[in-house]
Amino acid sequence: MAEAMQELFGPAGVWITWILQCVAIVAPLIVSVAYLTYVERKVIGAMQMRKGPNVVGPLGLLQPFADAFKLLFKETIVPTGADRFVFFMAPMLTLLLALVAWAVIPFQEGWVVSNINVGMLYILAVSGLAIYGVMMAGWASNSRYAFLGSLRSAAQMISYEVSMGLIIISVILTAGSMNLTDIVLAQKGVWFGVIHFPMFVLFVISIMAETNRVPFDLPQSDAEIVAGFHVEYSAMGFALFYLGEYANMILMSGVCVVLFLGGWLPPLDMAPFTWIPGIVWFFLKMAVILFVYIQARATLPRYRYDQLMRLGWKVFLPLSLLWLVLTASVLFFTGLWPEYGA
Amino acid sequence: MAQVEIKSYELNFGPQHPAAHGVLRLVMELSGEIIERVDPHIGLLHRGTEKLIETKTYLQAIPYFDRLDYACPLNQEHAFVLAVEKLLGIEVPPRAKYLRTLLNEITRIVSHIMNTTATAMDVGALTPMLYGYEPREHLLGFTERVSGARMHAAWFRPGGVARDATPDLFEDILAFCDSFPKYLDDFETLVDENRIFKQRMVDIGRCTREEALDWGFTGPVLRATGVPWDLRKSQPYDAYDEMDFEVPTGSHGDCYDRYLVRMAEQRESIKIMRQCIENMPEGPVRTQDFKVTPPRRKDMKSSMESLIHHFKLHSEGFRVPAGETYTAVEAATGEFAVYLVSDGTNKPYRCHIRSPGFVHLQGLDLISRGHMLADIVANIGTIDVVFGEVDR
Repeated sequence: MAEAMQELFGPAGVWITWILQCVAIVAPLIVSVAYLTYVERKVIGAMQMRKGPNVVGPLGLLQPFADAFKLLFKETIVPTGADRFVFFMAPMLTLLLALVAWAVIPFQEGWVVSNINVGMLYILAVSGLAIYGVMMAGWASNSRYAFLGSLRSAAQMISYEVSMGLIIISVILTAGSMNLTDIVLAQKGVWFGVIHFPMFVLFVISIMAETNRVPFDLPQSDAEIVAGFHVEYSAMGFALFYLGEYANMILMSGVCVVLFLGGWLPPLDMAPFTWIPGIVWFFLKMAVILFVYIQARATLPRYRYDQLMRLGWKVFLPLSLLWLVLTASVLFFTGLWPEYGA
Repeated sequence: MAQVEIKSYELNFGPQHPAAHGVLRLVMELSGEIIERVDPHIGLLHRGTEKLIETKTYLQAIPYFDRLDYACPLNQEHAFVLAVEKLLGIEVPPRAKYLRTLLNEITRIVSHIMNTTATAMDVGALTPMLYGYEPREHLLGFTERVSGARMHAAWFRPGGVARDATPDLFEDILAFCDSFPKYLDDFETLVDENRIFKQRMVDIGRCTREEALDWGFTGPVLRATGVPWDLRKSQPYDAYDEMDFEVPTGSHGDCYDRYLVRMAEQRESIKIMRQCIENMPEGPVRTQDFKVTPPRRKDMKSSMESLIHHFKLHSEGFRVPAGETYTAVEAATGEFAVYLVSDGTNKPYRCHIRSPGFVHLQGLDLISRGHMLADIVANIGTIDVVFGEVDR
């Protein structure tokens, strides 16, 4: 595609390609975020025996837009004593980081903006940076609730990233590559979600913690610290945090699909399944993970801070470490090592 | 290195806080997330109820009681009405006693649903609240059908109740009694054995039996520590001595036991409601002493005395013989009592209200010290404070 563009526009073609690729990812992503909030409200509504949004537009389908416009036109309030620069940087950073990670996610074979060989490391790095948005918001707000929220968030995201990292190493060992496309292709026979089933479960729970969702939504638990780190944000700043949070949810379910559910591959490599294009499989699998997210939100209470830490360090970390050693040993003694660096 | 004194972190919790259950304001000293001291500030909803009652006739005072603990209004009317009856020395017809008992239990369930579901929401589970509101709405519908108002009924009157209930109401309540345990079962499936819920509730906010008695805790908070103290059993009023029901108790005095006691009490309330309807006696619903209750309108057309009674009752009110009484009832939250002093006029000389929430709130520091910030919401939730009655 880049070559064709270069022929058409000369040297500027590369830039135009990049911009088009960015738009091709960001625009659908923002729309999916909008409709994820709609789906969330509808699903939770159904689980709570009520209707959910049903007034704005047919079936309430325009509700996300109504919400977005409302937030756009609200007044931005900056608390006195807030560090204005950091205060405004925080939501931008959060959203930005939720978007840039998409660069390495393969939607289908070859459908990836940047097919780098350390894709998995890149995702870990970017999601590790996401904590900065939260920390900056909590610190710059000059509010005690926000500060407590950001402290909780920092501790939580760091703890769960450790076990997430170990889980990912198990997968990488089996796949023999850190390139996400190769990881998906390595699952052609059987998904890693089957081989590494306990890790798959752990990973799904970890990404809930990583994205601060129920039952790990301590940084923003409304019953204790009101809304945590974004309590002082209004209007667009709040909307950006919201966008960031949901974009992160979608991203993490995408990562989960790539790592464990065979990305764009159909569940069985036979006729009726292969008729459906890979990208549809990819989105269907993501939808399943997102549904789990939403279902958990409607069902579970919230962990307490120390209980969350205990779960992270005393349960998840040893389990994932054990599984890593097990995976490595099995691969070593059976001689099933994949070809690394392929 | 010089000695550095580390200042604890002070956090202002409320009054505009989603988990503050009204207008509670707590000033907390935190060390990290550990609570070192809780200082409840009250009075943001103070309306001077006790003083206002002194300027109203006995009948006009009743609506104030609905507005104390607005989660279980009729229980509080009951205390005042019983106090007035005691001073007047009048006997209430049996049907009125049964009707009051019935409505009392309906209100108790209303309050317990509100409390248990809100507690679940405070610890992060959003769904139980929405499940619980459906039966609660049915119950408030019964209150509305009998009195005309969902919550602030003002239906209990000295000498009986305002008006009789219709037979179809009893049928609907019986149908409700059949369907309600299903809701309780569903609710318990969703919440009771949930591991996260148990982690958040078990051993949180413990108080021993002695502490509970020393601090004057009553109701489910006291019963959760294992003391089977229930005024409905220990000094039965109205029709409670004819009712067959258990007093559920806990053993640990923690948040989880308080929650379980409330859930078990709802089942007992259903039992009492069923007995009330099945054994409902026939007869008048107001005492036939027309100095206290309004006379029949039909009589007023022909009887001079009735007309005078009606006029005096609705202009001056009734006079209560001089005396004083402390009358307590078992409200949903605990022992709710009225200390009423009469000087022989048509208005109370003094009306002191003992609200259980006030007593429980002062124990919040006792049960919360050393816990984490997140536990304070579970504690506030399970001691069931309603600010209408705390601030009065």
